[in-house]
Amino acid sequence: MSKTRNLYLIPYVAWMLLFVATPIVLIVYNSFFDVEGNFTFDNFQKFLTPVYLRMTFNSFWYAFLITLFSLLVAYPTAYWLTRTKHKQLWLLLIIVPSWINLLLKTYAFIGLFGTYGFVNAIFEWAGIGTQQILFTDFSFVFVSVYIFIPFMILPIYNALEELNPSLIYAARDLGASPWKTFRRVVFPLTLGGVKAGCQAVFIPALSLFMITRLIAGNRVVTLGTAIEQHFLVTQDWGMGSAIAVLLIIVMAVIMMMTGNRGARNTIR
Amino acid sequence: MRTNGKLAQLYLVIVFIILYAPILYLMYYSFNSAGTMHGFDGFTLEWYKEVFHDTRLLIIVLNTVVIALLSSAISTILGVVGALAIQRVRRNRPRNSLLAMNNVLIVSPDVIIGASFLIFFTMIGIKLGFTSVLLSHIAFSVPIVVLMVLPKLQEMSPTLIDAAKDLGASGWGVLTKVVLPFLRPGIFAGFFMALTYSLDDFAVTFFVTGNGYTTLSVEIYSRARQGISPSINALSTLIFLFTITLVVGYYFLTRRGSKKPDWGVVQP
Repeated sequence: MSKTRNLYLIPYVAWMLLFVATPIVLIVYNSFFDVEGNFTFDNFQKFLTPVYLRMTFNSFWYAFLITLFSLLVAYPTAYWLTRTKHKQLWLLLIIVPSWINLLLKTYAFIGLFGTYGFVNAIFEWAGIGTQQILFTDFSFVFVSVYIFIPFMILPIYNALEELNPSLIYAARDLGASPWKTFRRVVFPLTLGGVKAGCQAVFIPALSLFMITRLIAGNRVVTLGTAIEQHFLVTQDWGMGSAIAVLLIIVMAVIMMMTGNRGARNTIR
Repeated sequence: MRTNGKLAQLYLVIVFIILYAPILYLMYYSFNSAGTMHGFDGFTLEWYKEVFHDTRLLIIVLNTVVIALLSSAISTILGVVGALAIQRVRRNRPRNSLLAMNNVLIVSPDVIIGASFLIFFTMIGIKLGFTSVLLSHIAFSVPIVVLMVLPKLQEMSPTLIDAAKDLGASGWGVLTKVVLPFLRPGIFAGFFMALTYSLDDFAVTFFVTGNGYTTLSVEIYSRARQGISPSINALSTLIFLFTITLVVGYYFLTRRGSKKPDWGVVQP
């Protein structure tokens, strides 16, 4: 191999240093300053108070619930999708809603879940009576799961597609029941897809903030909401940065635990 | 072909209904003369008229499109350069660190990207507005383009380049006549993905728009926070139709390029 100079590296690395490394360094740097611009560890100390710890706990709890429900809905969907005729077409139809602007879908739920909305109309008709659905934990988790489902289905679908069907036949031939085949063969072999899906859901779910504002009516405060609040409302960048730094650390840990093959999510 | 039982079919149908319900709900009420998302009064096109007469909204749509086209064009160029750069690094360790750096923005929660860019732009003195939004959209699109182009580049047989060189092509000739045409499907897919990410982005843009400059997502957010506004419904219907057109376009593009379209979600 001749040693030609890699000229392409210069613009690319320069760009990455400027727009990936520098912003992260700046956020770490900022986390050590208070509102007046004095150097301090206060922000991290404040994070260890019950208010913030509770919020962190809540954030993780919600993210966990969202991931769990997404997985519970997505796995059977992906599994049965791979067994339909025209599966490419059906997969396309699953993905199309994820291409619709996230804000619009969230906005739709304001109508669906509202006091006079569609869901309440059904409740009324069924004799349950009007319920407060909007601005509850339920609506927050439901809408989040709705938003994330395609990103859970896709990696699981791909994992199922890559599964060699002869393994299933072999399990059947050896006398395994369908459930046992699923539990001992199919599921373990698609664990990679499940992990990728969980990663693609859990991390953005940790930092959601627009759904909490629009659907949960500020009742649910997550780390994402807190960062947004500190940066754009109270202008306490130091505290916001401190929360962001902790979130980055948590994320790094999650990535390391689940294997650092980045799964892409399109949640924006 | 294995077929599904009734239960599986029912399950899939329910998932599809839930996925599409909010979108159809929005579209349905865009024709409601009552201007609410409940109680259909009568058919009207008034809200569509309102959208087309709302100059401010049209300017915002224009902003969004301009940002999306510009940022995806620039990030495609940078991303292709980046992919070529990464491809040329032969040693494992620097190569993996480049890939890891490339993945940082892909796995980071949007709130953190937004917050860190806000600090970054404020510190280097870029006024929040068009420039900051454009730069941040390019920043989060470049890694996506790299990830779309890199696999194509790895697919390319090195003998192709050797042959071109043997036949007397210059470095530039090899790049423009051999490498780039080979990469075309990947480049198109990357451009297209960048475009949709940019059109869809809310969280990052929300942090880096100053006063007076908005994109569609941010505008929808602020309108949705004030409650239901039927012109959003009308707008969303238009956007939905536009998105469908894009999706179909993308479908045929990837169909031609490779056998398996990945629907814009980069898999690990």
